[in-house]
Amino acid sequence: MTAADRSEVCVIACAEAFRGNGEILAAPIGIIPTIAVRLARHTFEPRLLVTDGEAYIVRGTWAVGSVPEGAVESWLPYRSVFDVVWRGNRHVMMTPSQIDAFGNANISAIGSHARPKAQLLGVRGAPGNTVCHPTSYWVPRHATRVFTPKVDMVSGVGYDNAVKAGPAATRYQQLWRVVSNLASFDWDPGSHRLRLLSVHPGVNVDQVVQATGFDLVIPDDVPVTREPTTEELQLIRDVIDPHGARYREVPA
Amino acid sequence: MTEEDVVGRLRPGMTIGIGGWGSRRKPMSLVRAILRSGLTGLTVVSYGGPDVGLLCAAGKVKKLVFGFVSLDSIPLDPLFRAARQQGRIEVAEYDEGMVQLGLYAAATRVPFLPTRAGLGSLVVDTNPGLRMVVDPYGGEELIAMPALKLDAALVHMNRADEQGNAQFLGPDPYFDDLMCAAADEAYVSCEQIVPTEELTKVAHPVTVRISRMLVTGVIEAPNGAHFTSCVPDYGRDEAFQRAYVEAAGEPGRWAAFSRRFLEGSEADYQRAVAALPSGREAS
Repeated sequence: MTAADRSEVCVIACAEAFRGNGEILAAPIGIIPTIAVRLARHTFEPRLLVTDGEAYIVRGTWAVGSVPEGAVESWLPYRSVFDVVWRGNRHVMMTPSQIDAFGNANISAIGSHARPKAQLLGVRGAPGNTVCHPTSYWVPRHATRVFTPKVDMVSGVGYDNAVKAGPAATRYQQLWRVVSNLASFDWDPGSHRLRLLSVHPGVNVDQVVQATGFDLVIPDDVPVTREPTTEELQLIRDVIDPHGARYREVPA
Repeated sequence: MTEEDVVGRLRPGMTIGIGGWGSRRKPMSLVRAILRSGLTGLTVVSYGGPDVGLLCAAGKVKKLVFGFVSLDSIPLDPLFRAARQQGRIEVAEYDEGMVQLGLYAAATRVPFLPTRAGLGSLVVDTNPGLRMVVDPYGGEELIAMPALKLDAALVHMNRADEQGNAQFLGPDPYFDDLMCAAADEAYVSCEQIVPTEELTKVAHPVTVRISRMLVTGVIEAPNGAHFTSCVPDYGRDEAFQRAYVEAAGEPGRWAAFSRRFLEGSEADYQRAVAALPSGREAS
């Protein structure tokens, strides 16, 4: 078997974000987070709940882009998703167009709100997600344009804005991980600024610094993100992503 | 009723809720009827899909109340993007859960509902009318999401009876019942009108999510959600949606697409769609 490529390391780094989550709804947005959650559930985090992308919570492990074959274990229409969000039994991994050091994230629009330069999706559930339950982010192309000193508008709420909004916003907030195609991050508990957690194999710290538009918290020793095991690689290549959808986000 | 009857009862400047979610079970035949009408200045409340793009492009929308606009299999709607990027519409952008709370507040006749969702985000920064409320039992400050009262709701369901009891047969009711309950008048289009007893013969009564006490009129509109999905009756017409997006990206092609599909009656639209060979390109 050939060695793991970058996309497969990213799958593992995203999967690791869900380690220890237990019996909660894992909500991945994007291809690599979706592969990652299925891998995590199949291997080290078997109690996770995942949906078919519509309104059913389903068991089993199936390929991205195909119909799940596992048993439907529960019904989760959108209004019940909101209930789960507000109750807190969920961990979302979203893909921001911009993210800053405090974890403010923009998926709504670039430019001014009154007349955006580029209209994106809209805030979706990001404001509620980020003050109600654990939130992680996935950035397939790490660049200063994404990791920006200041986001144009706040869809996902960062630590600084939650503090400004008061205890109702901070009580349940838990910004958890950022995974990019270069590295993994969490937040420094003291300063609430983004902290380098590990660099992916073949990436050095300087490359990450150069591609980031703000100062990172960088520990003295930065470990290398772990490589997939043989079992994990087989699972990615043969079962969960046999057609290589992951390369649409992180080219080989 | 017909689509034209419904449009005849709507007035310029009304606030209209549109059911469905993204590019799923949208009341597209009613939306197409609005496109053909003289209605303007509408405030639209929607879990947005191509309904929003089409209405914006036709100049029907003054203000959009939304959490997102997406075509699901294609993330962004070019007509909505163009309307925003050219500053042609006002918006009230809320967390998608806040929209549900606003509809529920309207449906249950309370002025607001408290929520954490929106705190610290652009929702507060860009909605100057949004107010906070202090928990009278604890003291935390929450957002008071205002009731989203609708003049009219338009939704598309799989089945209904003549009286307006309406049924979803797909996986998700979305927020269609809340849209109806939040509205002074609610119009339900459906794939097929059936006798009442048929509704619960085919599926559990829980699928008859909308009661006739919420409904003003019923419209039989086979293929009425096209090109959005209306499972199990039909899935999204992905080829047509791609053609919509490709045409929408270019003014010249959009004019041709409009002439071909949108300027005639609903029957003309359905004939033009039926005439397309399967796996074909519509533009």
